[in-house]
Amino acid sequence: MPTPRGKVEIAQDQCKGCAVCVDACPPKVLKLTTVLNVQGYHPVQYLGDGCTGCGICFYACPEPGAITVYKWQDEESKKQKAA
Amino acid sequence: MFNVIQQKPETFYDLFERKDGDPHVTHYCPGCGHGVAHKMIAECLEDLGIQDRTILVSPVGCSVFAYYYFDVGNVQAPHGRAPAVATGIKRSRPEAIVLSYQGDGDLAAIGGNEILHAANRGENITVFFINNAIYGMTGGQMAPTSLIGQKTTTSPFGRSLKNEGYPMRVCELLAALEAPVYLERTAIFDNKNNMRTRKAIRKAIQNQIDGLGFSLVEILSPCPTIWKMTPQESRQWVRDQMMPYFKLGIFRDKTTTQTPSAVAASETPAGLEAGSAQAASPQGASKNEPSSPPPTNSLEELKPRTDVSLDEVPAILGIRATERPGETHGQAVYGGNYNERSKFYEAASATPQGSGEEFFPRDVPEQYRDPQIKIAGFGGQGVLLLGEALAESGMLSGYRVSWLPSYGPEMRGGTAHCHVRLSQNEIGSPLVSRPTILLSLNKPSLEKFLPEAVPGALVIYNSSLIDQPPSRTDIEALPLSATEIAEKIGSPKITNMVVVGALIAKTRLLTKESVFAAIEALVKNPKLVEMNRRAVEAGMQAVMEKEEAVKV
Repeated sequence: MPTPRGKVEIAQDQCKGCAVCVDACPPKVLKLTTVLNVQGYHPVQYLGDGCTGCGICFYACPEPGAITVYKWQDEESKKQKAA
Repeated sequence: MFNVIQQKPETFYDLFERKDGDPHVTHYCPGCGHGVAHKMIAECLEDLGIQDRTILVSPVGCSVFAYYYFDVGNVQAPHGRAPAVATGIKRSRPEAIVLSYQGDGDLAAIGGNEILHAANRGENITVFFINNAIYGMTGGQMAPTSLIGQKTTTSPFGRSLKNEGYPMRVCELLAALEAPVYLERTAIFDNKNNMRTRKAIRKAIQNQIDGLGFSLVEILSPCPTIWKMTPQESRQWVRDQMMPYFKLGIFRDKTTTQTPSAVAASETPAGLEAGSAQAASPQGASKNEPSSPPPTNSLEELKPRTDVSLDEVPAILGIRATERPGETHGQAVYGGNYNERSKFYEAASATPQGSGEEFFPRDVPEQYRDPQIKIAGFGGQGVLLLGEALAESGMLSGYRVSWLPSYGPEMRGGTAHCHVRLSQNEIGSPLVSRPTILLSLNKPSLEKFLPEAVPGALVIYNSSLIDQPPSRTDIEALPLSATEIAEKIGSPKITNMVVVGALIAKTRLLTKESVFAAIEALVKNPKLVEMNRRAVEAGMQAVMEKEEAVKV
C-alpha cells in the first residue's frame, strides 16, 4: 500500500454542512453524509483515502475548528529538514 | 507519521463561552464569509506572534460578536465608529496592534465619515472591510454597496440608479486620499482568491507592525442566507455579480516607499508613487471612474413606467387586500393565491357573528385551553415562523392572539424563541414567562426553558436533535422526531411545520384548515406552501399514530 500523503479530520458536530470544502477539495475526497449532527446539519466526511494534505479545505471552511489537516512526513525527511 | 499542518488557530478561544448554545461553533450561517475571514486573521495573529498585543474592535452587524471568538483584547464599538475607536486605542497604546473589523453597512453607510477621516489621517491601524452588498444581521436591507438592480427588503424592485445611486466603491474612494498606505480588494469564493485574501490580510497587519500607516483590505464575501442562495451559488454570485463592479486588485501600495512612523501621513506626492509596482495589476484600479455606468444591462428595466393605472399599484407594491370575517370579501386579492384563505374566511364567517357563538374549536381538552406557548430553537429552524403560523391561524379561528419574537443578531446558529398566546379572552401581556406549552426544537433551548414550564405543561421536543428526554417528571413530554420527518418530506427547513402539526393534533387548539390558511398567507412560494402542508399533516400523523399505539 502506498504511503498516504495526508489526511483530514472533520469534527462532525462542528460541521454545518455548507459543503464548500467538498467543492474546494482538489482530489475530491470529501462528501456530505446523510446523518444529522447535533446542530441538525449533514456533516461532511473524509472518504478515508486520497487526501494530499494541501490544506485548501481548511481555508474554504468557515468554522474555526471543524477541519484539521495532517500531512505525512516520514522520519528521514524530518531529520533532513531539521539538519 | 502524520503532522498537523492546519488546525484551529490558537488565537481563537478553545471554547466560545460567551456565546449562547454550542460553544464549539460560531454563530455564523453555513457558508458565511465571516468565518473564513476570521480564520485567516486568527491564523495570521498566531503566526506573527502578536496575539497578546492585539486589540480587535468589533463593529455592529453580524460580526458584532467577533469578541466571542478572538482571544485578544476586544472592544465593541457603536455602529460605524470602529475606526474612531481604533484611533483612540492606537494613539493611547501605540505598541498595540489595533484591528478594526467592519461590514459594509457599518463601514460604508453609518460609518462613512469615520473611515474617511481615519484613512485621511493615516492612522496606523488595520481595517478589514467585509463587503457582502447587503445588511445581513438586520435581515437584508439595501447597503451602500448593493448592486444596481439588486433586490433587497428596502429595494424590492431592485436598486435603482435614480433613487439610490451607484454602489459605493470604498477602495477607490479611499485611494483618492494621500495618506493610506495599503488598499486592496480581494474576494472569498474560490481557492485562489481565498489565498489572495489570506496574503492581503497578512500584509495589512504586517504594515501596522512596521508602523507604516493606514491599511485596509476590502473582502467581497458571500452571504448565502440573506441572498437566499446555497453556499455554492453565493460564491458564484460573488464572482459573477460583485466582481465585475467591484474590481479586485491593489489600489494603493506604498509599503516599500513609506517611512515607518506611527501617525504621520505620507508626504510623497501621488504622482511619485513609483513603488507601487503592483498598482498596474488591477484591471483599471484608478481608471474606475465613479461616473462610469455600472456593468449591468438593467438600465432599460429601470426606466420609470408611466402607464401604471391606480388598480395596479397594490399588485406592484405587493399589497394584498385584507379580508376579515363579516366584512365584504371575494374581491380582488392581490399578490398570490389566497384562495385557501378566502375559502376559510367564507366558511368561518358563515358562523353567526356577534351572537356570542365563537368559531374556535370547542373540543380542546381542559388543560390545553388558553395556552401560553413558548417556542424555542436555534436561528434558522423557523422558530419565529412557527409562532407566526400559530398566531395567524389562531386569529383566523377567532382567538385573540399575540406573537412576541425574541432573537439575537444571529441569522442562524444563534438562539431564537418566541412567545405566542391564543386566548378566548383579552390578552393582558404578550410575554410568556411561565409557558403551559413549550415547543423545543433543539437541546440548548430545552435545557434553558424547561425550568420555566408550569407543572403539567405540555412539552413537545424535537427528538431528532435532543437525545435525552426532559429531566422533569411533572410535565407531559411528547417526543417528536421532527427534523427526520421533515427530511423525509423534502427539507429540514420545514421542521417547524411538523411541530405545528403535532401540536394541533395533540391539543386540538386549531384546525388543520386554519393552519393551512395561515400557511397560505405567510409562505409566498406556492411550491413551499404545498411542502409545508405536507409537513403539518405528517406531524399530525406522527402524534395520532402514537396515541393509537398507546390505546392498543
